[in-house]
Amino acid sequence: MLVPSRTARRVIHLLFLVAFVPVFALPFAVIVVASFAGAWSGALPSHPTLGNYAAATSGDSLHALLTSLITAVAASLIALTVGTWAALAADAAGRGLRRVLDGAFVLPVAVPSVVVGLGLLVAFSKPPLLLNGTPAIVIAAHTVLVTAFAYQSVRAAATRLDPAFAQAAAGLGATPLRVLLRIRLPLLLPSLTAAAGLCFALSMGELSATMMLYPPSWTPLPIRIFALTDRGSLFSGAALAVLLMAATLAVLLAVGRIRTRADHR
Amino acid sequence: MTALADSAVEAAAAEQPAGIRFEDVTVSYHGTTVLDGLTLDVRPGEVMALLGPSGSGKTTALRSVAGFVEPERGRIHLAGRDITELPPHRRGIGMVVQSYALFPHMRVDQNVAFGLQAQRVPRAEIPARVADALGKVGMADYARRHPRELSGGQQQRVAIARALAIRPRVLLLDEPLSALDAQLRTGMLAELARLHRELPELTILYVTHDQIEALTLADRIGVMRDAKLVDCGTAEELYRAPRDEFVARFLGGANLLPVRIVGDGPRAGTLAAALVGPDGVDASAEPLAVTGGGVAAGERALVCVRPHLLRLAGDAGLPGTVVEVQWRGAVHRLTVDVAGHAVTVDAPELKAPPAPGETVRLSVAAEDAVLLGSGRRG
Ligand SMILES: Nc1ncnc2c1ncn2[C@@H]1O[C@H](COP(=O)(O)OP(=O)(O)O)[C@@H](O)[C@H]1O
Ligand SMILES: [Mg+2]
Repeated sequence: MLVPSRTARRVIHLLFLVAFVPVFALPFAVIVVASFAGAWSGALPSHPTLGNYAAATSGDSLHALLTSLITAVAASLIALTVGTWAALAADAAGRGLRRVLDGAFVLPVAVPSVVVGLGLLVAFSKPPLLLNGTPAIVIAAHTVLVTAFAYQSVRAAATRLDPAFAQAAAGLGATPLRVLLRIRLPLLLPSLTAAAGLCFALSMGELSATMMLYPPSWTPLPIRIFALTDRGSLFSGAALAVLLMAATLAVLLAVGRIRTRADHR
Repeated sequence: MTALADSAVEAAAAEQPAGIRFEDVTVSYHGTTVLDGLTLDVRPGEVMALLGPSGSGKTTALRSVAGFVEPERGRIHLAGRDITELPPHRRGIGMVVQSYALFPHMRVDQNVAFGLQAQRVPRAEIPARVADALGKVGMADYARRHPRELSGGQQQRVAIARALAIRPRVLLLDEPLSALDAQLRTGMLAELARLHRELPELTILYVTHDQIEALTLADRIGVMRDAKLVDCGTAEELYRAPRDEFVARFLGGANLLPVRIVGDGPRAGTLAAALVGPDGVDASAEPLAVTGGGVAAGERALVCVRPHLLRLAGDAGLPGTVVEVQWRGAVHRLTVDVAGHAVTVDAPELKAPPAPGETVRLSVAAEDAVLLGSGRRG
């Protein structure tokens, strides 16, 4: 026990509650409560209902949920592929190229996502690269934004990976491709799945760049939530927000199971 | 695809014993030379130990054979073929590194099978060869375990089995016993010796900083120091006539006595030498016959005498005062002050050992008192 006295421990737990509950837990709780509310005029909500969820799982809202899922899966997979590739290249490259890659993949994190959105809008709104108004430009924006996280996660893990494994494999006669597929990627799997989860969660919640780019036919969930609350449909927005959290959490948990299996081998 | 076919062919041609030849192999990191002009011939079927203190460049020499470091100068030949430019996966060499580097995500049998799959050994043959390799190191019962479920000694056996499974002509071992405790080490040493008796055509290059390992296993020993090979020969050659002080001290406690050459010795190839005391004057009137040449009269040199080759003689030889007597079972170890030098003498168990303070005379045969650096060819 780090804190020996029982009273001291109680005080610390209390402080934690006082700090944690309002800042972190309360907003979530309020959203969950609001999602079941028919009205909220007094201190507490009234007219409990499931109607918000019925609306959230039909029509435009359901379409927005699917749009978000497809966008996030596509962006995460592309980001993971590109980020892993670049991270492994940086690991093998000389110091010069490594610096360039490290720098390039910090940019999307350092630059505000609104700026990334604007950049893509300008770059892809003229032929021959006319992506403006298509789902592809939303997926592209998400990919650009999350690849940096995939890159950094895999890059850190690749640096920690003992080169003796790859060398032992090469010494046994394995070609570089076989070393990659049978040794390096399996050993990097925990960080790959962690990166995939992170990319997915970031993409599911992305609003600012999406806002500048999305065509009416491809409205991700955060945009839909924003639009609903903007129109005053707070409770429908809350139900959608709960769905967004639940879907993200479900995918993160599923991906986490892959990770633990790799760890236990 | 031709590359793959090639490496399979190279591995299949493993029947012919193969030697390793280092030709002026030089490796630098960031401008620091860590292997300096290594020239060394490891003969086919020989066990060669590279012995030296930590940081002397032994691992670097080994890794240059495996292809993990690129020499900035010099060539490496395997079985008469220049492999300096060959990528590691086409060299067909077995290597066991200090950390073993067993693949943690694969079972023991999968680890051993990995090289066979990489070498495109027909799928049907793989299980038998895995079993054979694991059997050789006594690990057949552990095939389905993961490396983390094995002790250090067991991991080491698996690493050796994995390296041997591809039937390499050359096996590189980098301090394979350093991670084991003393008792396991002795047992493993005996097993490595047995393994080499079973595979007499296998050429082994063995890196260690432990002279016991080198003396036990190796047909010849190369001694490394500060990136250079300073001496090379059979254990007996190195022990009896080391090339310099470092080799003499590194290979087990030789007495090194400063002498001044006073003339020719009683026979061809010998010289007469007078012992030089710590204060620089010739301390003994009676010159010592030593083996060696190429040192002019009047010059100073070091003479190397192994403790067990000194005899307590009646009335001839170097006079000295006994400082300490230890009984060590089969021998008495005496420390004798000879002209200010502490000389160690291992005498076969004495009936009446001298007491400290007594004066004794030490004699040594001319062929057992060797001038450093002049005892052997080149
Ligand atoms: N990859 C490397 N980068 C820089 N210096 C290295 C590298 N590998 C080895 N060295 C240096 O080379 C020298 C010799 O190393 P090594 O061959 O491992 O010695 P030994 O195996 O005899 O202990 C050491 O001083 C070590 O620090
Ligand atoms: Mg070493």
